[in-house]
Amino acid sequence: MSVLKTQQDNRSILGFWIYIMTDCVLFASLFATYAVLHGNTNGGPTGQMLFNLPNVLIETIILLTSSLTVGLAMLAVHRKKREQALIWLGVTFVLGLAFLGIELREFGNLLYDGNSWTSSAFLSAFFTLVGTHGLHITIGLLWMGVMMTKLVTVGLTRANIRRLTMLSLFWHFLDIIWIFIFTIVYLMGGLGV
Amino acid sequence: MMRTPAPRLRTYLSGYVLSLVLTVAAYLLVTHPSYSTSLIVGLISALAVVQFLVQLVFFLHISAERKPRWKLMVFIFMVGIVLIIVVGSIWIMNNLNYRMTPQQINTYLNNQGGGF
Repeated sequence: MSVLKTQQDNRSILGFWIYIMTDCVLFASLFATYAVLHGNTNGGPTGQMLFNLPNVLIETIILLTSSLTVGLAMLAVHRKKREQALIWLGVTFVLGLAFLGIELREFGNLLYDGNSWTSSAFLSAFFTLVGTHGLHITIGLLWMGVMMTKLVTVGLTRANIRRLTMLSLFWHFLDIIWIFIFTIVYLMGGLGV
Repeated sequence: MMRTPAPRLRTYLSGYVLSLVLTVAAYLLVTHPSYSTSLIVGLISALAVVQFLVQLVFFLHISAERKPRWKLMVFIFMVGIVLIIVVGSIWIMNNLNYRMTPQQINTYLNNQGGGF
């Protein structure tokens, strides 16, 4: 591996890191909106009435575990062990899918009970913030599917290692955003703050 | 010639265990409340920030970056912007909320030819 090409890769990864940082700013504006609007329930239910905390704890642990398994996949990638990397990526994919399933079921239950994003400012802000995170997870899963296919068909080339490094950064970032959704939306909501 | 040294299994595992402990601790503080609400809010916020730092170091390996630390610099800039957006918004909106009563808003809107 030539020094020049490694430098190019590092530059690409820095570029992706800058994208992630701007995505943090997007989430910050959604968090700020939620913080301002979360008390305006328009006479409807508050977060304390709606949130199912044990469910959210399971979601959190699933996402945290997927952050570990994507790290384990990267360890295998750096050791050039393709099968091992594929297995860990597969585990991450299943965990991500489970997380998304639980989240969509929560959204479905809320909508079924008539608590949609049109009900109150609180619910608009809630669905926008948590939904944007869910959308990122969906895109991450699509990306992971593409990368697993590429690992099978093309293998651990330099370009694929670079892409996998970016994917792992993206996935860890989504887990970090979720820590704050878990604390600010669900735990503080559960306290009735 | 990698800029960051290859991460190790132990790093990921310690990050995972620490994050798990911090998550469950915050959860138990809320489900078994034994302090005042404002103290619990302070504690779970502190736990979230600690977990944020844990994942930055153990999962994103931000401390393993070598000079020049561009990732760290972009990160610090981002934190600054995020704090301005979040703290600024909450401050301004609470201040508006504090200074205006619903009657004041209504009078204002009536003078403008509208109102509730």
